[in-house]
Amino acid sequence: MTPAAPLTASTAWQAPSRFALLLLALAAVLAFYPLYGEALFPGQHDYFLQKLTAIMILAMLAMSLDLLVGIGGMVSLGHAAFFGLGGYALALFGPEYEAANLWTTLPMTLGAVGLAALVIGALSIRTGGIYFIMITLAFGQMFYYVFNDADFAGGSDGTYIYVRPAVEVFGLKLVDLGDAVTFFYVVFAAMMGTYVFLRVLLASPFGKVLRGIGINPQRVRGVGYNPDAYKLVAFVIGAMLAGLAGYLSAAQFGFVNPSMMSWHHSGTVLVMVILGGLGTLHGAILGAFALEILHAVIEARTEHWLLVLGGLIIVMVLTLPKGIAGLLERLTSPRANRARTGHEDRGES
Amino acid sequence: MEALIDAVGLHTYYGASHILHGVDFRVGRGETVCLMGRNGMGKTTTLRSLLGLTRARRGTVTVRGRDMTRADPSAIARQGIAYVPEGRGIFAGLSVREHLIMAERPGPDGRREWTAERVLDYFPRLAERLDNQGTNLSGGEQQMLSIGRALLTNPDVLVLDEATEGLAPLIRRDIWNVIRAIKATGIATVIVDKNVKVLLDLTDRSVIMVKGRVVYDGPSAELKADPGVLQTHIGL
Repeated sequence: MTPAAPLTASTAWQAPSRFALLLLALAAVLAFYPLYGEALFPGQHDYFLQKLTAIMILAMLAMSLDLLVGIGGMVSLGHAAFFGLGGYALALFGPEYEAANLWTTLPMTLGAVGLAALVIGALSIRTGGIYFIMITLAFGQMFYYVFNDADFAGGSDGTYIYVRPAVEVFGLKLVDLGDAVTFFYVVFAAMMGTYVFLRVLLASPFGKVLRGIGINPQRVRGVGYNPDAYKLVAFVIGAMLAGLAGYLSAAQFGFVNPSMMSWHHSGTVLVMVILGGLGTLHGAILGAFALEILHAVIEARTEHWLLVLGGLIIVMVLTLPKGIAGLLERLTSPRANRARTGHEDRGES
Repeated sequence: MEALIDAVGLHTYYGASHILHGVDFRVGRGETVCLMGRNGMGKTTTLRSLLGLTRARRGTVTVRGRDMTRADPSAIARQGIAYVPEGRGIFAGLSVREHLIMAERPGPDGRREWTAERVLDYFPRLAERLDNQGTNLSGGEQQMLSIGRALLTNPDVLVLDEATEGLAPLIRRDIWNVIRAIKATGIATVIVDKNVKVLLDLTDRSVIMVKGRVVYDGPSAELKADPGVLQTHIGL
């Protein structure tokens, strides 16, 4: 249903906020990295290019989890299972020693992940709170152990994807995913596409109902919407986006193993979402970059990096209730506007 | 008169506490009914039982001729029953605009008489605050938003629980005027409020509850003419 005219936002030109400009600037810095990376980091450019590509994939995974946790109020500890499933799908659907056809393997991957999410979601979304966490954790671990013990998937060693998928039309190669810079831009486009898709979804009546469910599902029921149906759709969408991220990750590293599905991985992505700012989407991207960059920087300096990183995360979560996105928004908002910005504490009225 | 809601013999419990003892409650098309009683007599529980929000253990609830006794509250709402809950039920993280976008849908028979334009005409203060968070509104504005959200579902019955509770006198007057205007459009309304005088003037029928039972169900005009009944059951 399209919102009526008085409810659609004004189409008159409005200057973007400083925060939006900051996000655009950060996106531009990222987008142009392949152009200036070699000059800035001679000798390490290839490593950073690969690292940034991996972080963008994690950012997609974090956004997909933010849809569930930050918007729909479904805290899942099994989300990484869909990420892993996406990766395994590429490995298993494609030929072993030739390039998989992206046009067939990607839809098959998304279909398989969507189907798995439909079944798991239908069984999980009737629960809430701690029970939802436990049931998604159980499903996630179930997938982990199935793939860990399955010969067809290489067991605990995982399996290899020797050639990156081919993107061809009538035998004509459209893009070469084997090229690191091309792959960087494909992943960048996928990340931005995921962000725009989720923004549009959240601007729709479906998104408003989902936000309402995250705040108070019983109240939404009273307005005439069945929260279970909406939660299931969101769960499947989130899982398919996680599957897409898993597909890209498998394509990047040429390797999948069961750790992609582990609850540790789900927990790490949850930390990214919370650190970045729940329910904002761009917070999930910021959280992924912040956590991975902190990880890399601290790990390079001390073998006790987990202790330092854990302490930093605790301090950040305690001092930044709205995450890094909230902090940046506050720092860039003119003082007069702060009182009326639309990021109130979530909770019941 | 066609019954939009027909509840018979409702027995509702909160845990072991037996709250409603065989309540019968009926709302006809276009009818305005008030539900009165002292605090704790079961008014809100009756409304919640009709709406499926608190399930009655015994009794039946029929909406537009369909048995909705075991139906999900969302399915009951989809039958054209809109609820303005006590405390207004505003979503803390949503703006006024988002509340209205979320609610807007055709009624059970496809009617779209209530549009965003019409609601904002009724509540011009909401039009000025479309981008404000719902919880940043005054109590009166929140009540307007709650009523506006309910109207956008194009209901046949509007259920208002404590419609003017905690509002300033001028705002209360505005809310009553809006409810009169809604009544004039033909939407049936069920109202719980403490302002007995206004309720008796406004409604067609009054229902008085005492300790989970209906002790009076008759025309509001008759009740107004017999203050003894009010004195006995409500203490006015």
